[in-house]
Amino acid sequence: MSLYVTELRRLAKRRLTRVMLVLLVLGLTGIVTAFAFSSHKLSPAVIAQAQAESDANFRDAVKDWERSIADCDAAKARGEQTEDRYGPNCGRDWKPTPEMFDPKWNLPYQFDFRAEFGVFIAVFAGAVALFAFLIGASFVGAEWSTGGMMNLLLWRPKRLTVLGTKLAAVLTTLTGVTVVLGALWTLAFWLIASNRGTTEKVTSGVWQSAGISGLRAWGLILAVGAVAFALASLGRHTAMALGVAVGVGVVSEIGIRIAMTIAGVRFGDRWVLSTYALAWFEKKWTLVDYRSCELVQGECTPKEMLVTWQDSALVFGIGTAVVMVAAFWMMRRRDIT
Amino acid sequence: MSAVLEIEGLRKTYKSRRRGVRNALDGFDMRVEAGQVHGFLGPNGSGKTTTLRTLLGLIQPDGGRMAILGHEVPGALPTVAGQVGAIVESPQFFPHFSARDTLSLLAGAGDVPAVRVDEVLELVGLRDRAGERVKTYSLGMKQRLAVASALLKNPKLLILDEPANGLDPGGIREMRTLMRTLAESGMTVVLSSHILGEIQLICDEVTIISLGRRVAAGPVEQVLAQHSHGGVRVRLDAAEDLAAAAELLGRAGVAVTRHPDHLMLAGVDKPATVSRLLAEQHLYVSELAPVAVDLESVFLEITATAPVPGQHRQVDQSAKIGEPGHAGTTGGWGA
Ligand SMILES: Nc1ncnc2c1ncn2[C@@H]1O[C@H](COP(=O)(O)OP(=O)(O)O)[C@@H](O)[C@H]1O
Ligand SMILES: [Mg+2]
Repeated sequence: MSLYVTELRRLAKRRLTRVMLVLLVLGLTGIVTAFAFSSHKLSPAVIAQAQAESDANFRDAVKDWERSIADCDAAKARGEQTEDRYGPNCGRDWKPTPEMFDPKWNLPYQFDFRAEFGVFIAVFAGAVALFAFLIGASFVGAEWSTGGMMNLLLWRPKRLTVLGTKLAAVLTTLTGVTVVLGALWTLAFWLIASNRGTTEKVTSGVWQSAGISGLRAWGLILAVGAVAFALASLGRHTAMALGVAVGVGVVSEIGIRIAMTIAGVRFGDRWVLSTYALAWFEKKWTLVDYRSCELVQGECTPKEMLVTWQDSALVFGIGTAVVMVAAFWMMRRRDIT
Repeated sequence: MSAVLEIEGLRKTYKSRRRGVRNALDGFDMRVEAGQVHGFLGPNGSGKTTTLRTLLGLIQPDGGRMAILGHEVPGALPTVAGQVGAIVESPQFFPHFSARDTLSLLAGAGDVPAVRVDEVLELVGLRDRAGERVKTYSLGMKQRLAVASALLKNPKLLILDEPANGLDPGGIREMRTLMRTLAESGMTVVLSSHILGEIQLICDEVTIISLGRRVAAGPVEQVLAQHSHGGVRVRLDAAEDLAAAAELLGRAGVAVTRHPDHLMLAGVDKPATVSRLLAEQHLYVSELAPVAVDLESVFLEITATAPVPGQHRQVDQSAKIGEPGHAGTTGGWGA
């Protein structure tokens, strides 16, 4: 217990933790602020103005139409060819209708909590996951590279306990940050929705679904933190985790994509990590093989492949488990010099 | 007296794909009695740090047994760790934390009361600088912090790997006093160092290691005596008789080296025989002094690392026990 508390203290004392936390908060605040300005409440006045605008547009369009018919008739009277320019019957059949000028198009953007908050949960998860990666990797990486780990092991010669306690401290801290910032994030968007957007039809079901998305976000953040921690511990350096992350990113997102396209593999994106990240947040993600229609005549529905969030859970779960086991296995056996 | 530290037949082989295998420890033995200050000496790369790391569970031995305070290690390390304070090879600390933070985090991890932090800071002389970041410390200050961290637990066994590294002369003297005080209070101190004058001054016993094996061990005087080689300096009443005396002693089988005003003899068991031999030929000695050797020359001799003019000794060139004829041995008489 004392070791756990000490590791929490150590993590909180670290400059990197503090700086990154400040940057994270600033970044999230920036998104909230920019977004708050771009959303406008659809008050009766705003709606009336949009209505007036579209009425005016409609009237202008009718006027243009009438003028164009008149022009066309005049041209016809001069014996000119008019079909190309004005269409058959001088375009008389194309009278603008009021439906073509839906006032909706003249409305400013209004944030709809029910429909759009889900995306912002994913944005939040992405930002905190980045934080989790840096914190997870540097906490143990810096300890290894500065010799702090060796000092600690002289004090507590139980290697797995020490590494496990450090990991627990990282995950606890990440959970705390996720919960607190997540609550503030939700509150901020709720305030934006109530003041400059709409909270219509936000039922308990909507909250429940947001809650589940929040849990997914939390899971992803912990997994990213744990993987970064394990990689940095394996390589005994923070840079190791960063290097692997960049390597995997490049290989997976660029290398595999290109290779799959060249090799003509169907559903090549199923080998790309970001597909699973998308499926994790969207609950399912559909890959479409447009080329299945290439040689088909007439109607064709391209073949599809569904990636579910369960698939993502499996992929990320196994990946995380493998790296963790490797890190602890190495810790048990390696010479610390 | 009971052994606080026992090592028998310790082996460690470093394997690396590029550089092949290296027997850092090759059947090393060591024994430290309770309450001693024990010097652990050896040339660079002889295996001192490897021994201490293995003892403290940082690296896995390939053979042999070790015990601390009667407990077999590394198995019982979690049990005895609370009674062992150690620094291994100029320890590094997290550069952005202050000395006080560093120690307080260690104290927290080891269930040591927080007041102890200020006690040890005082003890090593860092009290007034304890709030500054370790990054800004000099080598000697870091070394003091390391010693403080080892003392934090108020251990029964204190292991210090080259603690004098980077200390100023005052610091070395303070460290010496500190170590004596600690030993008097019942702590056992194991101390590896290159500063042999220091070791000779403060150590009760020494263990000397060369190429991963013990080459000498025991109380300091005993080690010195074993390697004095019966060195004797002889002066005569009349300096012009030196030649005759040298010839006489040479015939009697004594190794003699002539100097302008005295003779140096080696391999003399009883100095009295020398004076009798000379007196029989009416050569009277004015001085007959067994030559005191110091630890440094004994060290250089038994590890065979004394400098040879015109040669550049490489780090792994030192005495290997079990191979007759220590190459490069030059004796080394202390004057
Ligand atoms: N991690 C390592 N890998 C390979 N060889 C090592 C390692 N650590 C030490 N050695 C070698 O083991 C021998 C003993 O080193 P060490 O115990 O550090 O000597 P010292 O007596 O100077 O403390 C040296 O030859 C050294 O090069
Ligand atoms: Mg060393």
